[in-house]
Amino acid sequence: MAIGELSGYQMGQATRDAFGDALAALGDEFPALVTVDGDVGNSTRTEPFALKYPERGFNVGIAESNMVSVAGGLAGAGKIPVVASFACFLLNNAFDQIRMSVAFPNQNVKLVGTHAGISIGEDGPSQMGIEDVALACSMPGVAVMVPADAVTAKKATRAMVEHQGPTYLRLGRPNVPALYDDSVDFQIGKSITLKEGSDATIIANGLMVSIAADAAKILSDEGINVRVIDMHTVKPIDREAVVSAAKETGCIVVAEEHLHHGGLGSAVAQVVSEEHPVPMGYVNVGDCYAESGDPMGLLEKYGLTAEKIASTVKAVKAR
Amino acid sequence: MALEAIKLSQDEMLAKAKDLRKHIINMTTAAASGHPSSSLSAVEIVTGLYFGGHLRLDPENPGDPNRDRFVLSKGHAVPVLYAAMAERGFFSVEETMSLRKLGSPFEGHPNLKRMPGIEASTGSLGQGLSIGVGQALGLRLDGKDSNVFVMIGDGEMGEGQVWEAIAAAAKYKLGNLIAIIDQNGYQQTGATKDVLDLKPFADKIAPFGWHTQTINGNDLGEALEALSVAASVTDQPSVIVSQTQKGFGILPVLEETGDLNYHGKPLSRELAEKALAHIG
Repeated sequence: MAIGELSGYQMGQATRDAFGDALAALGDEFPALVTVDGDVGNSTRTEPFALKYPERGFNVGIAESNMVSVAGGLAGAGKIPVVASFACFLLNNAFDQIRMSVAFPNQNVKLVGTHAGISIGEDGPSQMGIEDVALACSMPGVAVMVPADAVTAKKATRAMVEHQGPTYLRLGRPNVPALYDDSVDFQIGKSITLKEGSDATIIANGLMVSIAADAAKILSDEGINVRVIDMHTVKPIDREAVVSAAKETGCIVVAEEHLHHGGLGSAVAQVVSEEHPVPMGYVNVGDCYAESGDPMGLLEKYGLTAEKIASTVKAVKAR
Repeated sequence: MALEAIKLSQDEMLAKAKDLRKHIINMTTAAASGHPSSSLSAVEIVTGLYFGGHLRLDPENPGDPNRDRFVLSKGHAVPVLYAAMAERGFFSVEETMSLRKLGSPFEGHPNLKRMPGIEASTGSLGQGLSIGVGQALGLRLDGKDSNVFVMIGDGEMGEGQVWEAIAAAAKYKLGNLIAIIDQNGYQQTGATKDVLDLKPFADKIAPFGWHTQTINGNDLGEALEALSVAASVTDQPSVIVSQTQKGFGILPVLEETGDLNYHGKPLSRELAEKALAHIG
């Protein structure tokens, strides 16, 4: 069964595709917008922008360190640079450049990491960004967004361009279910409640929101009514939504396509432990690197499934 | 005030260079830490930039979008930058004496958030030239005739990112980008030729598509000439390999200590007095 099918969603565009369309559409409205690529623009989908505005698209070659600092310099000259690569090459390879050329000087650079998570599939673990959210969140002043579907990816693209300051937008490779229509309100730092519920809360982002919706269906068939929160912004996190979930539903499971440490789970746990401690559970990649394989098979093998979320909810609820 | 490139006579610039050296000594000795020798090697080039008609700046409006830019990639040499900016009117010389003190914006490495007029926050070596490439691309995209100068250390050339930036600048034929390699021959633990010898720089950089010059960078006349030539090159990026001596201007004092590298340490009060007397 396809992701989202159980909960009744149709398959839509990949978040990277939606980003690419949205970026190209923003070029006239934001004349300062430029792209900086490390020769993967046709994968990250900055290509449509660079083709539409050739003088504003800079492909600096396979040189991520230089790519990020060049973006810092462009921001220093008043541009709004969108610098995109695979999440792992951007965050992991160029982490110090992000720190020193972007975050520390608070430059208005828009970092975009695609091919995040293990759902990239066959290319394998060297290409999987699974530490990226932890790395991005570790830096002061960087807003970190992980949209779940095409509509919110488009809205996140506009939001990051309008935002003053550094941002990180995490995008996926595969097509994902279409969760929202254009009327959905997307604001940095303001979560979306996909489904109301009072017995437990699943907080998820990215691809895992659809899988959480499927888990909610499984649970509702068993008489457990869970809330599903799309926490598309990991930093600054929507504290109010987390606290309400803790108070009103009594337990929280966090689902994300990321390592156990330093991602959304850690961010939610910090709020819960500070504001209103309740039992929590985690569904994520764990503390390991994955492997090559088909995306659905990988998600199954590494436990990123609706069934796993549902069983985790029940276990946490029973504590 | 408006943007202006100050151009002093050569004699006035020689006097200015002496002033910068004294400020560097005073600042770092007052701070009881810092990198005076790394700053002293760069004095002639920095004097040429700020007082030889090259940097169009407005201390009253440091963010003027039409200004020229100077990125100090070898951020540990920031005392030379603070000294030049003070002499150029961004702040008083006295203020720079708070170098490295808690609460002072005169941090141990450049921090643009705390000091208007600083063009890049540096201190993690290797990033300044890339930042300069980005600035140069952005300025050219806006049709501005501003130049971007970036000073790199010779030890810093060991960072692979610098070579990525060299390639990128050549790709985009950035005639508004001028790199200066302050080749003072030393890095933290010893002579650059012993740690990681990347000389000859000009012969390696030219084939990328750069205009190159190699000069005695502690000769003010040569520095001024090289900066003028580099500024006149508009169809490719330009590099000045500025062969200097670390601690130039107070070498006899350093010789006395038996440490001609004298990396990352201030002069004692006593040595500072000797150094100031030597500068004259």
